[in-house]
Amino acid sequence: MEKDIIIDLKNIDVSYGENKILDNISLYIRDKEFITLLGPSGCGKTTTLRVIAGFTQPDCGDVIFNGKKINDLPPYKRQVNTIFQKYALFPHLNVFENIAFGLRLKKKSDKEIKERVAEMLELVNLKGFSKRNIDSLSGGQQQRVAIARALANDPKVLLLDEPLAALDLKLRKDMQVELKNIQQKLGITFIFVTHDQEEALSMSDTVVVMDNGVIQQIGTPQDIYNEPKNAFVADFIGESNILDVVMKEDFRARFSGHTFQCLDKGFGTGEAVDVVIRPEDIVVTTPDKGMISGTVTSVTFKGVHYEIIVDIRGFKWMIQSIHEQQVGDEIGLVIEPDSIHIMKKSIYSGKFGDYSSFSDEIDHLSDIEEEE
Amino acid sequence: MSTKMNVSSKIYLGLVYFFLYAPIIVLIVFSFNESTSTSVMSGFSFKWYGELLRDADTINAVKNTLLIAVVSSVCATVLGTAAAVGIDKMRNKYLRSAIMNTTNIPMMNPEIVTGISLLLLFAFSSQLLGIKNALGLHTLIIAHITFVLPYVILSVLPKLHQMDHHLSEAAMDLGCTPVKSFFKVVLPSIMPGILTGFIMAFTLSLDDFVISYFVSGPEWQTLPIRLFSMTKKRVKPDMYALSTLIFFVMLVLLMLINFMQARGDKKKEKDK
Repeated sequence: MEKDIIIDLKNIDVSYGENKILDNISLYIRDKEFITLLGPSGCGKTTTLRVIAGFTQPDCGDVIFNGKKINDLPPYKRQVNTIFQKYALFPHLNVFENIAFGLRLKKKSDKEIKERVAEMLELVNLKGFSKRNIDSLSGGQQQRVAIARALANDPKVLLLDEPLAALDLKLRKDMQVELKNIQQKLGITFIFVTHDQEEALSMSDTVVVMDNGVIQQIGTPQDIYNEPKNAFVADFIGESNILDVVMKEDFRARFSGHTFQCLDKGFGTGEAVDVVIRPEDIVVTTPDKGMISGTVTSVTFKGVHYEIIVDIRGFKWMIQSIHEQQVGDEIGLVIEPDSIHIMKKSIYSGKFGDYSSFSDEIDHLSDIEEEE
Repeated sequence: MSTKMNVSSKIYLGLVYFFLYAPIIVLIVFSFNESTSTSVMSGFSFKWYGELLRDADTINAVKNTLLIAVVSSVCATVLGTAAAVGIDKMRNKYLRSAIMNTTNIPMMNPEIVTGISLLLLFAFSSQLLGIKNALGLHTLIIAHITFVLPYVILSVLPKLHQMDHHLSEAAMDLGCTPVKSFFKVVLPSIMPGILTGFIMAFTLSLDDFVISYFVSGPEWQTLPIRLFSMTKKRVKPDMYALSTLIFFVMLVLLMLINFMQARGDKKKEKDK
């Protein structure tokens, strides 16, 4: 076992009644790492966090902290602190007392508490707010107080349960940067829960993609995006065209009536697999120069690029291109070998089709419901 | 209130208030009457109030009433708050509504039924324990706790509902034991509900007649019972004086409850 592992979850199962919330979760977290649990609502990410915090008891499996099993250790004895989704600040206490809450319980001297709170307020850019009432603060400011309150206790690990979900987009982006800065400055482990894939990719050292109480993939943001393990991960992280493919042989995959060169090997000859091709990796050209060709069915201007839906043999591809196309145009596509990523078939194969029913709205529907 | 209110609705409103308050106003006015007449106002005086204060039985009844009200409302507040916390924690929906209904029944039950059943219970259990003359201060207090308890539960529960349930988790996360987190975080958050419940319990205990009448026994008189026994003899204006005093005490307490609720609402509005 590596030395710098701070938290090790071993075969954790959690169920509420009939519902299996976590199914055999095994995960280790390195010290000073920014790790994100990413998945749709109800995937078990918050429950995983609650298991680490001690609020939820696993039915079976071990929670190891710094080499010691802490299954039976109550939350108030664990060296982790949590930032709750709705902050859970104490409304009857002012900013100072909220941040000092943990310190007072530790019976620190008044002088020490004062210094520590001032330090924390400085860290989260809330100098001069110590006498303010919690109710008088904006969402962003409350968020900062929650961060200060948790960090004042000097935790080894900070757990963040969708902390940015309630903030508006602009503020969220700022807080993302700030959280990352704080994490690097303090050098402590952050375990961050979110359903926002962009947030996960931009902040994390490691991303854990979860669905249905099962870990789908663990990896760096680049790994997760470029080498998704299955159709679920590919679909959940970014836009992707996922097709059924037959491997001709190593490095040769056949789909859409063309045999493509690719960089993947080790699949059986004639094995059915899934392929994912990111919309930005597809090069648009004229029909005669393209490896495959089809008709443009929709074009949406997105600012940085156009989102073009092309019908090729009944499969609707999404392409992101900086060149505008007209609906009805015949275009050719070129796909380079390194743009093709082959995945083994999984239970998710076929669940994520093409972009025939694609709509922006559906894509941006994200519920921040709590999973309990 | 709308300025477009037409004349008929104004008259209607006036009538409603007239019928509501006329008896009380008459009562207050005649409590200051110089003579014993119930028809002629012969002069303003505090005579009857003075007489009231010199009446040892009445003063004793006031003392009893206050003692019972304080003890029973404090007990009911503690018990009711604990019960509300327990009910709030219940996960089973059916069990929870069953408990809630059981709690509500004593409130809807006719007081006279509660009174008789308590009397029966006390008589039965004192016989069982071999105590003579069981009725007295303790039975009064037990009876009062019993009938004010649901009101406390009902005023604390909504506050528990409104409270962010992550608050106590947050406290534990920061190092509180579950018990400490209740006293440091949960209790302050539901305090307005507890106070409202307490004042309500106090008020109800103060002016209860029916139940007290059954369980008081021969030696213990509360103010409403004293008042009732006074009506049996000769109706004297000192009774009006006493009623007037009770009315104002209730008025102040009710205003206190309203004030506290209004302040709570205002605070909520500010949060938005």
